[in-house]
Amino acid sequence: MSRIGKRFEALRTQGRKALIPYITAGDPEPSVTVPLMHALVEAGADILELGVPFSDPMADGPAIQAACERALRHHVSLHGVLDMVRAFRERDGETPVVLMGYLNPIEAMGYAAFAESAAAAGVDGVLTVDLPPEEAGDLVQRLRNHALDPIFLVAPTTTDARMDRICSAASGFIYYVSLKGVTGSRTLDVGSVSAMLERLRNHTDLPIGVGFGIRDAESAAAVARVSDAVVVGSVLVNKLGDLAAEADRINTEVPALLRPLRQAMDQCAE
Amino acid sequence: MNWSAYPDANGHFGPYGGIFVSETLMEPLSELTAAYGKYLRDPDFLAELDADLAHYVGRPSPLYHAERWSRNLGGAQIYLKREDLNHTGAHKVNNTIGQALLAKRMGKTRIIAETGAGQHGVATATVAARLGLECVVYMGADDIKRQSPNVYRMRLLGARVVAVHSGSRTLKDALNEAMRDWVTNVDNTFYIIGTVAGPHPYPAMVRDFQSIIGREARAQAQAMTGRLPDALVACVGGGSNAIGLFHPFLDDAAVAMYGVEAAGDGIETGRHSAPLCAGRPGVLHGNRTYLMEDGDGQITETHSISAGLDYPGVGPEHAWLKDAGRVNYVSVTDTEALEAFHALTRTEGIIPALESSHALAYAMKLAPTLDRERSIVVNLSGRGDKDINTIATIEGIHI
Repeated sequence: MSRIGKRFEALRTQGRKALIPYITAGDPEPSVTVPLMHALVEAGADILELGVPFSDPMADGPAIQAACERALRHHVSLHGVLDMVRAFRERDGETPVVLMGYLNPIEAMGYAAFAESAAAAGVDGVLTVDLPPEEAGDLVQRLRNHALDPIFLVAPTTTDARMDRICSAASGFIYYVSLKGVTGSRTLDVGSVSAMLERLRNHTDLPIGVGFGIRDAESAAAVARVSDAVVVGSVLVNKLGDLAAEADRINTEVPALLRPLRQAMDQCAE
Repeated sequence: MNWSAYPDANGHFGPYGGIFVSETLMEPLSELTAAYGKYLRDPDFLAELDADLAHYVGRPSPLYHAERWSRNLGGAQIYLKREDLNHTGAHKVNNTIGQALLAKRMGKTRIIAETGAGQHGVATATVAARLGLECVVYMGADDIKRQSPNVYRMRLLGARVVAVHSGSRTLKDALNEAMRDWVTNVDNTFYIIGTVAGPHPYPAMVRDFQSIIGREARAQAQAMTGRLPDALVACVGGGSNAIGLFHPFLDDAAVAMYGVEAAGDGIETGRHSAPLCAGRPGVLHGNRTYLMEDGDGQITETHSISAGLDYPGVGPEHAWLKDAGRVNYVSVTDTEALEAFHALTRTEGIIPALESSHALAYAMKLAPTLDRERSIVVNLSGRGDKDINTIATIEGIHI
């Protein structure tokens, strides 16, 4: 079983839900990322989602778009992101790391080379936002060869027929996009999320994480009640943007945003 | 090769094209594919489209024998396909009319578009005004500066023009922003993409709407010269006017084709917009195609005097036609395009768009290499009124 699978298994035994923070690698500068990953784990993260900066993040809102631009000013490449994961693994062999990004940097590196280096660096899962399962056959095969979990999105517009297709290509967990929009959009509607997850569970036994539109302890707890994992991104990324000129404050203030979510999610589990 | 059999059902032109978007857009795209497939064979839809093209756009556009210019160049006869004479001044309206009629049939009440030079934005705002649809146009902040007449035109037509300040502040960023709007408002919104790029079915759909250029040119050339032209020349940014001209001729093996990219300051300087001549395959904006990117797969900034060609990708069918060797992709610099702009204006009394001037510049090189009995059709894809501020600034003239 992959590190991601094991982590969900352990949480299930404890009756807890996974908290998955997202940060863009190298935002606002490369030296920040690895210490921040450790600090997020200490603040209660179960899985880390690490964004691979891309020049044209079409599915992301202004927050993550700005994060990509900050990281790219330092020329953070996919190779550089893998180096960060390798450095993180020196002190943490347990916490799963999922790369989230766009296809073109992976195309540029080559699927085989990417899968091999990602596995060697200690990556556990790969979510490629602009790669639907229809086009993903080759990459999925390469990832599987190296025991990496291909993670796919399900959206409010996804039909039942597509759910089958997505769930059969995916492993690790399914990422449900809670609303029609980009990352960091308006607040989600827990009722419709819950109804959709019910439908989705007819198609898969994989854990389901929910992201897009979770911004505080209240929405995190509400989503945790109906899902297996809560992904929070833009709130953290906005803070990183605010602190870009005062990087020494990042490692205390960004994890501090995560703690209330952890607390609220654990309270609702009890 | 049966060229018209492509793309396949999944939108692939060989290794290119396809659908590379986030999950939220997959179902809306398959609804669009189904609707387009249905109305493409619907006699009522086609009759309405034909009537609009005839009475609103002013089609057929003339094929004009540029006799004086041909004589000056001392070689092949140059014929200009006068897309500049269309309503709104460019070929873009052929496509926006078609997609807007489709939007109406699909019950969408809101239209969005991206634009570079503003020609597609104007053509979209125009049809939206006529059909009473809400219209939002995304445009790079830098392009808004260099194409201010078109920005004002769109606003007069009732469109909201949204300045895009992210990335390189040009066409590619406008496209990103339009996609973000679409994913958010997908229930009531139709995204009219202006070129033969984007996810399937856009490259095929836009090509089909633009192919009227080539169908007319084919019949007109035969009527005027008694045979098919020896060569076709069109500029290529995203590539919609080029594919519109080329596609109906692809099976005519004797017809040579030249797609002209923007070399900007020169290919060797790196400051250009020529992915087919100097890029490599990758994935951007929903399809796999040739791109301008760095070694890490980041999209690089492009440069061209012409806002409409300032795009780091190109339609996937062009990528495939390049690999297949059916179309020759070449490039001309800003300076060469400017020379052609002036040459046509002074010799024939036609002010061409800077985009189209790239095609004219290549025709200036090609014509003298062919004898007088030969003929070249150049797609004069748009008129140059929108560019006179740019030209005047370059020449140090204040207007």
